[in-house]
Amino acid sequence: MNIVVCVKRVPDTAAEKKLDPSDHTLDRESGESILNPVDEYGVEEALRLREAHGGEVTVLTMGPAGAEKNAVRKALALGADRGVLVKDDGLAGSDALATAYVLALALAQMEFGLVILGSESTDARTSLVPQALAQLLGLPGITYVSKVEVDGSKVTVHREQEGGHWVIESELPAVISVVKGINEPRYATLKGIMSAKQKPLEVLSGEDAGLDPAEVGLSGSKTRILAAEARPPKQKGKLVKDEGHGHVELADFLQQNKFI
Amino acid sequence: MGELWTIIDHEGGEVRKVSGEMLTAARRFAGEMNLDPAAVFAGTGFEHARERIGKFGGGKVYVAESEEFDRYLLQPQIDTIASLVRERKPSVVLFASVADGKDVASGVASKVGTGVVADVVDLEAQGERLVCTKAVFGGATVTKCQVEGSPQIICVKPNSFAAEQAPGEVVEERVDVTLSDDAKRARIVERVQQEAGGRPAVEEAAVIVSGGRGLQGPENFRIVEDLADALGAAVGASRAAVDAGWYPHQNQVGQTGKTVSPQLYIAVGISGAIQHRAGMQTSKTIVAINKDGEAPIFQLADFGLVGDLFKVVPALADEIRKRKGR
Repeated sequence: MNIVVCVKRVPDTAAEKKLDPSDHTLDRESGESILNPVDEYGVEEALRLREAHGGEVTVLTMGPAGAEKNAVRKALALGADRGVLVKDDGLAGSDALATAYVLALALAQMEFGLVILGSESTDARTSLVPQALAQLLGLPGITYVSKVEVDGSKVTVHREQEGGHWVIESELPAVISVVKGINEPRYATLKGIMSAKQKPLEVLSGEDAGLDPAEVGLSGSKTRILAAEARPPKQKGKLVKDEGHGHVELADFLQQNKFI
Repeated sequence: MGELWTIIDHEGGEVRKVSGEMLTAARRFAGEMNLDPAAVFAGTGFEHARERIGKFGGGKVYVAESEEFDRYLLQPQIDTIASLVRERKPSVVLFASVADGKDVASGVASKVGTGVVADVVDLEAQGERLVCTKAVFGGATVTKCQVEGSPQIICVKPNSFAAEQAPGEVVEERVDVTLSDDAKRARIVERVQQEAGGRPAVEEAAVIVSGGRGLQGPENFRIVEDLADALGAAVGASRAAVDAGWYPHQNQVGQTGKTVSPQLYIAVGISGAIQHRAGMQTSKTIVAINKDGEAPIFQLADFGLVGDLFKVVPALADEIRKRKGR
């Protein structure tokens, strides 16, 4: 079974993230960027399924020039077979649903049994892309998956629910998003990093993918950011050193604020 | 007149708190935008839900009731709400910004070809548009944004609006539920519930008590659970505690866990690394308990207590129970 893993390049977790003041898009050049940490679990799950069932693992991403940096190459170094990048400068500033639209067009040209995404990216964190992608492809969409078992034309997964999980059985092909902790992602080996450079990376232009420029990018997205500002720094609170009565002072504070 | 919808967040007719908050906000913004508020109930157990909806204004409720909603994963909700949207053309649709609410919102928006803004903490009516406030980058930046398509699909985070009761009669409008075979491809075969001790869900709790590395081991999470129970709170955990296997990932608060903004957040034995702050710094009131007075969590705290958590936290739980008279 062929598997496609959709990945995203995000700013390093520890880096300060900034919006470009001119158009309120994420300034991706001001700091280090990495493969979205949650996507590493998606790549790992795909590699494990390949090891058990055979097939090929393709890594897919989209964006303006540079979108593949540190994301697709990293996934190839971890063991994915090939990469596909939908690269078009008009894609900059695409919102979640516009992103799903582009991914869906690229996927429509590919053969796969399963599409895997991370349950969220660590920059935008909306978790909207996986289900939108499933709908656009007309496939079952199963999000927040913490366990995957493939059996022929069927997939059985655990979907995280508040306070537990549901066991879901679905037909394939399907789109799933996996949560952090579903597995223990491997590290890239030196050999993997070296061989990643030789692996095929197919670049599709917007035209190749068949996308309508009016549906993507900052202007084609159906949501618009009107303003962005840094959160005002928090006023300094009260700091108490416990000398035996700290809990009483804290209880007073909670009571004054009507939490008790 | 156009309509402003609230999609009721519920489990088998058990209406979640966030629905009352959304219905309250819906009444207010429908008034300001000259729209009719209406609610949408999709699932099972409407008889049970009716009373709650009536407490928060009542009015028109589209009721799509079918056992099929409980048998298959979300697709029946997505398809039913999407076809209702196409038919009735509401101006605004509010969903709860929780896992399922965002999934259904995203699915409906892509099916009807509009946009969706998630994780919204405040709204403001400007003409025909609702301007949404949301925190991004873990609360470091605040943005104002809007949906340009129609309807405007907006996911509202729990605890963003105060729920105010305003009893009103529920006027039911039954919606026919006809599902295609495609809606039945992902079947729910089993529901596994872990022992949650009757605590509220982290995503929508008004009060959260979280534990971190300072607890020194999984067995000490009972100290955090005990304080949470005294306050009627949910239990959260830092990445360090989750990665060490001390507490389930579902309870993780932070950049690779849940982003929460409860009324009160109590961090116990959590140093406050950027990855944790990204998940909780928009909480209304923050309390930190840590033995290290230099811990970065104290920069966020409205009340910081420097001390030994193993002494302070049990004493605080007792003090709270005493003041609550139980």
